[in-house]
Amino acid sequence: MDEHHTPFVRSEMLPPEPPPLRAGGPVLWLRENLFSSWTNGALTLVSLWVLWSVLSAVIPWAVDGIWNARSLSGCREIRDELYGPGASVACWAVIGERWEQLLLGFYPRAFYWRPVLALAIFVVAVLPFLVPALPRRLGWFAPVAPFVIYWLLWGGSAWPPLMVMAGLAAVILAWAAVGRRRGAVAGAVAGLVVLALVFLPLGRLVDLVTGSDGNPLDAVFPLSTALAGVLERAVPTSIRSVITREFGGFQLSFIIGVAGIILSLPLGILLALGRQSHLLVVRAISVSFIEIIRGVPLIVWLFTASLLLNYFLPPGTNFDLMLRVVIMVTIFAGAYLAEVIRGGLAALPKGQYEAADALGLDYWKAMRLIILPQALKISIPGIVNTFIAMFKDTTLVMFIGLLDPLGLSNSIRADQSWNGIYWELFIFIGALFFIVCFGMSRYSMYLEHRLARDRR
Amino acid sequence: MTDTATATAPAPSRMQVSDEIAIEITGMNKWYGAFHVLRDINLTVRRGERIVICGPSGSGKSTLIRCINRLEEHQSGRIVVDGTELSSDIKNIDRIRSEVGMVFQHFNLFPHLTILENCTLAPIWVRGVPRREAEEAAMHFLEKVRIPEQAQKYPGQLSGGQQQRVAIARALCMRPRIMLFDEPTSALDPEMIKEVLDTMIELAEEGMTMLCVTHEMGFAQAVANRVIFMDQGQIVEENEPREFFSNPQSERTKLFLSQILDH
Repeated sequence: MDEHHTPFVRSEMLPPEPPPLRAGGPVLWLRENLFSSWTNGALTLVSLWVLWSVLSAVIPWAVDGIWNARSLSGCREIRDELYGPGASVACWAVIGERWEQLLLGFYPRAFYWRPVLALAIFVVAVLPFLVPALPRRLGWFAPVAPFVIYWLLWGGSAWPPLMVMAGLAAVILAWAAVGRRRGAVAGAVAGLVVLALVFLPLGRLVDLVTGSDGNPLDAVFPLSTALAGVLERAVPTSIRSVITREFGGFQLSFIIGVAGIILSLPLGILLALGRQSHLLVVRAISVSFIEIIRGVPLIVWLFTASLLLNYFLPPGTNFDLMLRVVIMVTIFAGAYLAEVIRGGLAALPKGQYEAADALGLDYWKAMRLIILPQALKISIPGIVNTFIAMFKDTTLVMFIGLLDPLGLSNSIRADQSWNGIYWELFIFIGALFFIVCFGMSRYSMYLEHRLARDRR
Repeated sequence: MTDTATATAPAPSRMQVSDEIAIEITGMNKWYGAFHVLRDINLTVRRGERIVICGPSGSGKSTLIRCINRLEEHQSGRIVVDGTELSSDIKNIDRIRSEVGMVFQHFNLFPHLTILENCTLAPIWVRGVPRREAEEAAMHFLEKVRIPEQAQKYPGQLSGGQQQRVAIARALCMRPRIMLFDEPTSALDPEMIKEVLDTMIELAEEGMTMLCVTHEMGFAQAVANRVIFMDQGQIVEENEPREFFSNPQSERTKLFLSQILDH
């Protein structure tokens, strides 16, 4: 060691220095980002030219658009007067005349306040879950909201949705109460028994005695609706009922999309867990469900919902078409979500499962408290991706005769005055979908950012 | 609980071992497929005993202690923990798991929960302890491992040594009667090993029954009352630490000790 003797010992540690100032300014930015080399410079110029050619055609077309006409030919007359014949300008008049229809379909004009109020209730119900600053206690309203919204939109007596709500509450209470005292299995059994009382054709018998009012909820919740019939006779709560055929436009897409999103997430979680289960039967059912649903196009499932499902249901069942579509869309999105969430579950280190086990948490507690919060967080981009795809796919209901915005655009064109108008309608419909999808995308980014606190 | 509650005497007398049996393993065998990982394991651990298990990698030492809280399933033989035999009965498994604390090589803290939440989760959800009480207990154990000031942080914000001490506190919050340590210092930087070992030594001095898979021979000499050497799925040698290190009997043990001590 003698010849490697160190002759230097630092007595003072160097203090940290501020980083060097970077030369800035717009010229540097341009050079770094747009013209960093000859090829990049050329690409920049080509891109600018393309942008210019597109925008210089589209912007005047849109901005000079004509708003005050009663028909497409009216639009053309005004155009010829203002810009000369053959000029290309938009005819926004169709939007001005038909925007209410594009939004609400053939919903009775006198009751437009009902969907608007329903939307407001929806927003109030979901906000506590989306905005962390709001107190969680406000969330109690969320389970009640769907029933209020249903009543507002479809009208009729308030008793059926109220009774269904009470029935579901009874199921959950039985499940929780027995589950706490006698264990998870007994709880599930108790829940199922109550569920059978509420859901299964037992209620049909009561129905036959009391006479059914043909409410769309009837098929699924016979007992509840039967009781509701009796109650309605005692305390009338009816408002003008609106049948599903009168629904349409963006409202229809929104109802199907939102219901599908809210219902498919729990289904997807259960399927993903089922696919990972050690129980052979559960796993086999989950795998075949996912593969069969995913392997067939949505449009086929929608046709199944609209045509074939009636063959399988007991005769005389009044099973609302919209409800059938919501169920199909939910199942379809659920199968996709299951695979997305399975990816998240697989990404978690095995140690998380082991630590949860070692602390004595049972399966459901470990899933709920440890595994799913992390797996779902990892899966957010994929989940929102599925939601966005599903929301746009709701336009496929046009093929089974529901008047979504695209279906409506066809019937608007079928009107003599607007025959031949395409772009303006599609741009309006596209903008509606874009606002919702872009909102979802932005929210998912915000959510990822907010939950990223533990990734360091 | 009685052991820690009465552990007020000075250090040497605290390390007393009682006659009560904490863990009894008889004729236990385990296979991974066709591979025979654990072969005819017989081991009796008394309450208050501190056992260090060492051996080359792949010798089955981690698998052995993971069988004690059923993270791994054994195929034959008996394991009795605290008077309860491990069988496929879920209730027994959950009872044993809540009595036996485990500390892992890679900490396995829950990254989406704060340190405090990590510590209170199991007491609240498994034992049904009220939140306030669970939090007080958690703070008590976090003070014990000397990181109460980190309670509101997330695991990702802590160093490896701090995370492992949280993992110990998390296990202690369940008031376990037995603690299992699976290579608790193997994933740590050298300068953090000491802080974790110090915590473990304190725990040993309070009379906790401990089974520890580790290569920290200094720790073994300081606190263990028995050292078990495993190779190829079998217990090859078992002795009190001084004898074990100064006078190893089997050739395998001598070779192993020469490899880990001479460098």
